[in-house]
Amino acid sequence: MRKQEGYCLGIESTADDFGVGIVSFKGEILANVNDTYRPEKGGIHPREAARHHARVAERVIMEALRRSGLKPKELSAIAFSQGPGLGPCLRTGATAARALASYLGIPLIGVNHCVAHIEIGKLISGARDPVTLYVSGGNTIVAAFEAGRYRIFGETLDIAVGNCIDVFAREAGLGLGERQPLGRVVEEKAAKGENFIPLPYTVKGMDLSFSGILTATISLLKSGKYQIEDICFSFQETIFSMLTEVTERALAHTEKKEVLLTGGVGSNNRLKEMLKIMAEEHDATFYSVPKEYALDNGAMIAWVGVLSYKYGLTIPINESFVKLKWRLDEVEIPWVEENYAD
Amino acid sequence: MLIRKGAEASLYLETWHGRKVILKKRLEKKYRIPKLDLTVRIQRTKHEPLIIHKAKKAGVPTPIIYMIDIASSTIVMEFVEGNRLKEILDKLSHEERRNLCKRIGVLVGKLHRSGIIHGDLTTSNMILTPEGKIVFIDFGLSEQSFETESRGVDLHLMKRALLSTHFTNAEECFNSIIEGYREVMGGETEEVLNKIEEIEKRGRYVSER
Repeated sequence: MRKQEGYCLGIESTADDFGVGIVSFKGEILANVNDTYRPEKGGIHPREAARHHARVAERVIMEALRRSGLKPKELSAIAFSQGPGLGPCLRTGATAARALASYLGIPLIGVNHCVAHIEIGKLISGARDPVTLYVSGGNTIVAAFEAGRYRIFGETLDIAVGNCIDVFAREAGLGLGERQPLGRVVEEKAAKGENFIPLPYTVKGMDLSFSGILTATISLLKSGKYQIEDICFSFQETIFSMLTEVTERALAHTEKKEVLLTGGVGSNNRLKEMLKIMAEEHDATFYSVPKEYALDNGAMIAWVGVLSYKYGLTIPINESFVKLKWRLDEVEIPWVEENYAD
Repeated sequence: MLIRKGAEASLYLETWHGRKVILKKRLEKKYRIPKLDLTVRIQRTKHEPLIIHKAKKAGVPTPIIYMIDIASSTIVMEFVEGNRLKEILDKLSHEERRNLCKRIGVLVGKLHRSGIIHGDLTTSNMILTPEGKIVFIDFGLSEQSFETESRGVDLHLMKRALLSTHFTNAEECFNSIIEGYREVMGGETEEVLNKIEEIEKRGRYVSER
């Protein structure tokens, strides 16, 4: 018999964040604790990040339990991000989850990271059946629910948009010695830019490509002919217009009435503004997700754990291998109703 | 008269110097800054007729382009008289349908052979004229590529469109299309077919709807 009332603890560890969340079966978030690996320089080194996760795991789990006010034996299930993500990082989170589940004798649930972003976004924002633009350092996806799954209507053909922004920012030497995300630094510079410099605008049908614009922007930088503010402005305007256009196509095609923006890049105000203008032109409502739940976090894994638990989607420990390339559209979503009454 | 409003462009049916024409007007997007918006629209307004012309040279009937108005990002092209294949395909006899699909396959092969990927191969985008010509329309999502991946995606979309609109005849139609395609593409056909299988396995292009 599955319990009707209970709590799920979720562990997120796909990339540089180690997060633990605890969510009740009713969808109340009791705790959401996070510890981020910060490299000395450059991007994420998977093994270093995993080492960080292993080091902080116990403390973050204990802190989440303390904030929730629950005792470990009050938990009904343990969920973990099973993919997609960086192998060493995923395996560290999975190990912690397996240990907890077997020690407490409760079910283990493998959660798809992208599904989790969409579901927590819906829970927090109140969107019911949106076209979702999920943009982060590792993912660039336009998805919407159709026939039992989140279908991908558009995605990047090469690098993720967040990765594109980070690599550019590092090449430009932006954000050195600062504690804020590179995307934020680029956004601030862009706000001061005035002159638009043409850059490659690559939308192929519903898909996007960011490698060309990254190379082109870096050559603008190296030419020394332009102000960094103008480069940031042109770069941002181009990549965000591409994202908005692909989202618009999905919206027109699916005829849905909501647009949801999530993921780390989703905290950019200019991107929010563009999507809002676009959504309004289609009589759709625009929703964004506050940073705490738009970035990688444990609560989103716990929440999908709750949804999965209700449908008996638990996995035995010996089948809980991590899936590095687990696609969003491979996952059956039984908890979403097929047709929303308008 | 507005006949279709897409995400990117609107289509109007008008009379232009005594001819029945289609005006394809790319719409201004308020979310883009004006300078970028104009660049994108101009680029596409120029690109589409170029590909349409290239397709014609490759032996694939396409609408005649009468005029391009860059300032308003509008293409004025021939209104092709006839029936969309979507409306007639299921009404034909077995033999007629087989022949027609084979001819579609030959035309798609000619496009791919000359490096054109249509990008939206559906039976709504093919018109059978009263003289019996098959005319390909709407090159709005087209691109130039000789890659097997792009060819595979192009034909896979065709297959998916057949499954959704002509369910009972989909398999037969697709096989006839491949028969025609093979006449043009020869040995490369197998590569493309393998690619289609791979694309289907990725789970992205599912046969829903």
